[in-house]
Amino acid sequence: MRFVDEFRDPKLARKLLDGIKGLTPDREVNLMEVCGTHTVAIFKHGIKELLPQGVNLLSGPGCPVCVTPMETIDRAIALAGLPGIIFTTFGDMIKVPGSSSSLEEAKAQGKDVRIVYSSLDALRIAKENPKKKTIFFGIGFETTSPSIACTLSRAKKEGIKNFFLLSAHKLIPPAMKAILEAKEVNLAGFISPGHVSTIIGSRPYEFISKEFGTPCVISGFEPLDVLQSIYMLLLQIRERKPKVEIQYRRCVKPEGNIKAQKELDKVFEISDSSWRGLGTIPNSGLRLRKEFSSFNAEKAFDVQIESSPEPKGCLCGEILRGVRIPVECSLFVKECTPEHPIGPCMVSSEGTCATYYKYHRRKDYEKR
Amino acid sequence: MKKDRISLAHGGGGSLTKRLIKEAFLPPFRNPILEVLDDSAVFKIEKGRMAFSTDSYVVNPIFFPGGDIGRLAICGTVNDLAMSGARPLYLSASLIIEEGFLLKDLKRIIASMKEASKEAGIEIVAGDTKVVNKGGADRLFITTTGIGIIGEGIDISGVNARVGDVVIVNGYLGDHGVAIISERERLDFRTKLISDCAPLNHLVADMLKASGKIHVLRDPTRGGLVTVLNEVAQSSGVGIEIFEDKIPIREEVKGACEMLGYDPLYVANEGKLIVLIVPQDADKVLKVMHKNKYGRNAKIIGRVVKKPEETVLLRTQIGGSRILDMLVGEQLPRIC
Repeated sequence: MRFVDEFRDPKLARKLLDGIKGLTPDREVNLMEVCGTHTVAIFKHGIKELLPQGVNLLSGPGCPVCVTPMETIDRAIALAGLPGIIFTTFGDMIKVPGSSSSLEEAKAQGKDVRIVYSSLDALRIAKENPKKKTIFFGIGFETTSPSIACTLSRAKKEGIKNFFLLSAHKLIPPAMKAILEAKEVNLAGFISPGHVSTIIGSRPYEFISKEFGTPCVISGFEPLDVLQSIYMLLLQIRERKPKVEIQYRRCVKPEGNIKAQKELDKVFEISDSSWRGLGTIPNSGLRLRKEFSSFNAEKAFDVQIESSPEPKGCLCGEILRGVRIPVECSLFVKECTPEHPIGPCMVSSEGTCATYYKYHRRKDYEKR
Repeated sequence: MKKDRISLAHGGGGSLTKRLIKEAFLPPFRNPILEVLDDSAVFKIEKGRMAFSTDSYVVNPIFFPGGDIGRLAICGTVNDLAMSGARPLYLSASLIIEEGFLLKDLKRIIASMKEASKEAGIEIVAGDTKVVNKGGADRLFITTTGIGIIGEGIDISGVNARVGDVVIVNGYLGDHGVAIISERERLDFRTKLISDCAPLNHLVADMLKASGKIHVLRDPTRGGLVTVLNEVAQSSGVGIEIFEDKIPIREEVKGACEMLGYDPLYVANEGKLIVLIVPQDADKVLKVMHKNKYGRNAKIIGRVVKKPEETVLLRTQIGGSRILDMLVGEQLPRIC
C-alpha cells in the first residue's frame, strides 16, 4: 500500500538496525514509548526482538482507555442507566470494568449503549432521536479532543439541546512530566506520540529536554519510523545533547495544527485531571468552558458516584508509569485475561497488558 | 399477494402461509423433492460417507455490496460442506422474519438464494418460515442446513496438517468484512469494496481432482485467516508460519483496516479457503485453482512447521515476527 509499504522496507530496516547497534551504549538504556499506538506497532512488527541487547522499550501512559479512572467509568455506567438516555462511546471503553460493572454489562441489561466511530455519529444519533438525550463519552488525548470540540461547536450552532458530553479528555505532556518527576524509572528518552503532536506540535515537549535533560523524538507509527526514532534518540544520548526532534516530519510541524488548537481552546479549558495509575496531575485535563457548560453531562444529570479502590493485586498503575511490566503482575494471564479483564490495561487493544498477553508465550518479550 | 409487508399471519400456518410458500418460495426453488410439500424431504442417498452442516445467518445489513443474506446463507453452508471435501447436494432453509418486513425485499432475497443455489448446483429440498413480532428479530434471520457426499478416499480434516505442508489461500483476504462494515457504518471509501461471498464447491472439486494429498481445507469466515490457522495448528499439534509480504490483501482493505484499527488477518471472508497440502502437489493444485474464477489469485502464503507447537507465527515484512493469537471477542459484530 502506498505511503505504508515504503515505511516497512526490510532493507532500510536492516540499515537502521545496524545504525542502532553502532550507537548502543554499554549501559542499559530505557526508552519509553508514550503512546499506546506505538506499543501496538512495536509488537505488531516484531521490533523488540530486532533491537540489540541493552536497548529497552517501556510502555507509557498513552492509552486513553487505560488512564481513565474507575470513578469516571462508574459515572458513565450510571449515566447510561438513566431513563431516556442513549449513551454513545468509542468501542474500546465498552469492556472496561468499573467498580462493579461495565458499559457492556449495562448494554446487556438493556441500557441503550451504542458504539460510534466519531463524535459526529453521536451527534447524528441525538438529532435522529429528539425525544431522547444522547451522551457521548469523550475520552482521548489531544488527537481526539479537537474533533469533539468541533462536534460541540456544531451542536451549539445548530441549537441541539439533547446532546451531552462526559469529558475525560487528557493532555499528554503533563503526564510525561509526572513520570519524570516521580523518578521511579531511569528514562533515557521518550519516543513521543506522533498523532498527539500533529495537533500540539513539538514545542510543548521542550521543557522535557530543557528541564529534565531527557531526549524526545516525535515518532511516526510505521516500523521504519519507530526504528529511526530509536536511532535519533541514541544519537542524542551519545552526543549528550538532549532536544526535541521530529522524526514524523510528514505529519508534524513544530507549531502543530493551529486551527485544531484554536477549536480546542474555544470549547475546552485546561483543568487538573485524575489519571488511573498516576493520580491527579495538575493541568492535565480538559473541561468544557462556561459557554459550553449546557453540554456538560456531569452538570446536566445528577448521579452519585462513590469512590472505590482499585482491584486488589492489579498493577495497572505501575505498568502505566513504566515501573513494572505485565508479566510481573500476579494476576496477569492467571486471573486477568482479555476475556475477563481486571484492570483497564488488559481491555484496550492499545493497553500494555493486552499487547503483552498476545505475546506472553514468547520468552523474548519477558525482558524489558 | 396484495399486501406488501410480511405480517404475523404469514407465519401462522394458515392460508396466508400456504400462499407465501406457493407464491414466493416454491416457484424459484421448485424441484421434485421439494414440491411434494410433505413434512420432510425424502430422497435416495449414495453409498459412502456424508457430510452434514448447519449455520445461521444474521448479517447486518441484509443487503450489502456483492451480496445479501440469501446468497450468504447458501454459500456459507455449501462452503462448510465443501471444506470437508464433500460434494454438496441438498440444503434446507429456515427463515425467521420480523413482522413488517417488505415482501419485495423477501422476494429479492429468495431470488438471490435461487441464483446462488444454481451456481453451486444444489437443491433446496426443505424449508420453514416463522414470523415474529416487531422487535422479536432484526428483520430477517436465515438458517441453512446441508448434506453432501464425500468421495472415496478423501480424508480432509483439521487434524491432518503435517510438518512441511504448504499453506495456500485462494485470493484476497478481508473483502467481506470491510464491505459489510463500510456499508453498515456508512463509510464512503473512494472505491467500492465488494463482498467475496461465493460458493467454493466447484473450486474444491477441481482441486480434489488435481491432488489426492490435500490435508486440510478451511474457510476463513468469522475471525478470518488467523482464527482458522490457529484451529488447525491446535487440532494437528503443529506450528504454522505465514509471511506478511505473501498474503494477498487489497489496497482498499489494507487502507480501511489501517483507518478503522482492524487487522485484515482477522477480518471475515465468505468466498475464501485455505488449503494445507504436501509441497510436491502445491503447483498442480495452484494451477487448477488459477483456472477457476474463485481461485484466480491463489497463492502460497506459508508452511507448516514443527515448532512452536500449536502456534501461528507471522514473519513480518521488516524481518521480525509475532504470534497471531485467536481473537478475543469479535472484531466486527454480525458480519455473517
